[in-house]
Parts: sequence; structure tokens; C-alpha cells
Amino acid sequence: MSGGPTAEVYRVDWMPGTDLLHGVCHCGAEHVTEDPVEMWQWMLAHPVGHAS
Amino acid sequence: MPAFARNQWYVAAYGHEVGRELLGRRILGEPIAFYRTEDDAAEVVALADGCVHRRYPLSQGRLDGDQLVCGYHGFTYDRTGACVYVPGQKRVPRTARVSSYPVVEQDSFVWVWIGDPALADPATIPRARHLADPGWTSVSGMEPIDCDYGLLVDNLLDLSHETYLHGGYIGTPEVAETPITTEVDEGAGIVRVSRHMDDAACPPFYARSTGIEGRITRWQDIEYHAPCLYLLHSRVAPVGVLPHPDGTDPDAFHTEITYAITPSAPGHVYDFWAVSRDFAQDDAEVTAFLRDFNHTVVMQDVDALNVLQRALDAEPSGYQELSINIDTGGLAARRILTRLAEEGAKPVEHVS
Ligand code: FES
Ligand SMILES: [Fe+2]
Ligand SMILES: [Zn+2]
Repeated sequence: MSGGPTAEVYRVDWMPGTDLLHGVCHCGAEHVTEDPVEMWQWMLAHPVGHAS
Repeated sequence: MPAFARNQWYVAAYGHEVGRELLGRRILGEPIAFYRTEDDAAEVVALADGCVHRRYPLSQGRLDGDQLVCGYHGFTYDRTGACVYVPGQKRVPRTARVSSYPVVEQDSFVWVWIGDPALADPATIPRARHLADPGWTSVSGMEPIDCDYGLLVDNLLDLSHETYLHGGYIGTPEVAETPITTEVDEGAGIVRVSRHMDDAACPPFYARSTGIEGRITRWQDIEYHAPCLYLLHSRVAPVGVLPHPDGTDPDAFHTEITYAITPSAPGHVYDFWAVSRDFAQDDAEVTAFLRDFNHTVVMQDVDALNVLQRALDAEPSGYQELSINIDTGGLAARRILTRLAEEGAKPVEHVS
């Protein structure tokens, strides 16, 4: 499957020098956690809990 | 592990594997017989690999021109799968036909559509242009693995395993130590995982193929087009050597590492692998080295995944995993695969 790029892009940066993950939803909301499972749960819950 | 995602294109073979000998492969549990037509178009034909008569695999039969003759009692099929001859009688039962699969040959691969043929759109097949581009030299192979395809996806999305499973080959300490960036394009079904090492040891794989001595800047940019195509854009250069501001990058060595991850059946996957380079293109020694060396690396994964699957099978169901930062990309991939599997399982309404 290969559509073109879409507007629905999620990004997670592992912040250098730390154990922290920094996530940015396509809506612009941000989230920091140490747990990738929790990160994707937060991401997918969009828009719940994404008020910025 | 994610279920199989239907209504998707999968790599069934390399183009060079399909010729005038019948090739049988099982894709997403469906046995398929492949062959190439005799005419100038030399097109790949993919037919369901079970004779309508007594279910004998058609891939065990033979070709008569562009028709396939069942090796058991001679039912004969044309390239569309219609039965055109049965032995001993003139009337061919009207229902005598096997399904044919949509096929596209592209970038050295034979892609087959598994699902509703009415939905097959060749434009959605992801590209691996370097595999058919004269500017790149490629070595390739395929290994079947006795594991769930999800284990191979996990393996490829988290390259920190290079440090441990492939230490002394492609892994160095910096791979596991360097943080990754993960990006998911939900609509396009693409997961990107990047790991940029500014100052890393040069593993033998690159030292011997590029001739670089000393430490390197090593970039790994994964682009996984779920469910089947995995591209690893690898850039290696002496420490501190970066692409030019205009985007050209003449002082680096570029390697495209391609995988096609094709589920064969539950607990079985085809691991298609290729290594393409834009340097020393005509150097036969480098080609031989990369072929042997990468085959060794692939077999390290194959052995590990066979062992892992057996261990998982022996566990009581509902075992727990523990994910850490290195798994961010793999988790994203699993999630997309689960979604694609759900979408592929839904009945589709046809507009006629
Ligand atoms: S099983 Fe194929 S002809 Fe009998
Ligand atoms: Fe590996
Ligand atoms: Zn959001």
C-alpha cells in the first residue's frame, strides 16, 4: 500500500541524552513519556487529551 | 501478532525466478502457481495452485505453450485460469476454472494482489526503483523463515539488534546507543525510523566494501511501506563528511537495503532481501563480498527468528512483552498492520 503523503503524520523523538520520548500529534499536541506503549496510546486517543 | 492484511500487494518472487518452469509459492495462505508466457510480452501468470479436478497442485504440472497442464490427469488451463481441455471428453464443465491473480512486475519484483481483484490498483504498489536502476548494483536473495511475519517486521524496524545479533558484521555499539526518531504517516501506511550516528565505528560490512578506514558518520533511515516493502536508506561517510548544501552527496557511500516481507502462512514468512550500492558498481569482488556477507547476516536473523518462534510457541498463551524506547517504530508498524488487517477483512461494496 502506498498512498501519497497525508496530513495525518505522527512523530516521536527519543530525546538525546535522556530516556524520554517526545511525541507530536498531527494536531500539534505534544506529549512526553518514558514508555512507547503509553506514547502510542496517547497518540491514538486523538483528539481525546490533545487540547493544546 | 498482527493478522494477515488482505487487499494488498505482496512480493511473490523476483522476476528472474519466474520463467518457463512452474513456480509454486504460498502467499497469505493461498497456494499460487506462477509462470511466464511464451509470447513477446513474456507476462507473468499467477493461478490458484489447486486443480479443480482432484486438487493436485498445478505447480507440479507442465506448460504446453501458454497453457498449464495438470500433472495428475491432464486438465488444461489457459492463462486466465479457464479450463480448456479435460481428458476423454469434449464437454468441459462450465465451472471448471481456477482463479487468476492480478500481477505486476516492477523494480525486479513480481507483485501479486491478495484479496478482491476488483480493488487491485497497480499505482499503489510502493517503489524500489534502485533495484532496476543501472546506477545501482544489487545483490539479492530470499530465505523462508518459520516465524510469524510480525517477528520479521519487529526485527527490521528495530536495528538496535545489529549491535548484538550482528556484532562484528554490521553492528557496532553506537547503533544500540543512538536515539531514534519515529514518524508515522497514517494515511500512506508508512513508518519511518531514523538513526543518525555522527561518530561511529565502521563495521566490516562497510569497511570492506567502501575501503573507509577509521570512524564514520552513519545514517540509517528506514521507510516501511506496510505491509510488504521495507527500505533502509543507508549513508556512510568518513566522520564529519556531510551532504552538500545543494543536496548532492558525492563523498558518501549510499546503500539501499531492501526487504520484502511476504507472509506465506501462519508461522511462515518469505524474507526477500537485497543490497544495492552506488559505489564500486563494477567491482566484482565487492559484489561477491556483499552477497556472501549479507547472506551471512540474513541467516543470523533467520536462525534467531526460527528460535524465537519456537520459544514463543512453547509459552503459555497471553505472554507479556516489555517494550522500551528502541521499540517505538516496531510498535507503530504493528499498529498499522493491525489496522490494515481489519480493513482487509471487511466486506467491500462493489459499485457496478
Ligand atoms: S487433479 Fe488435476 S487433472 Fe486430476
Ligand atoms: Fe538483523
Ligand atoms: Zn492530536
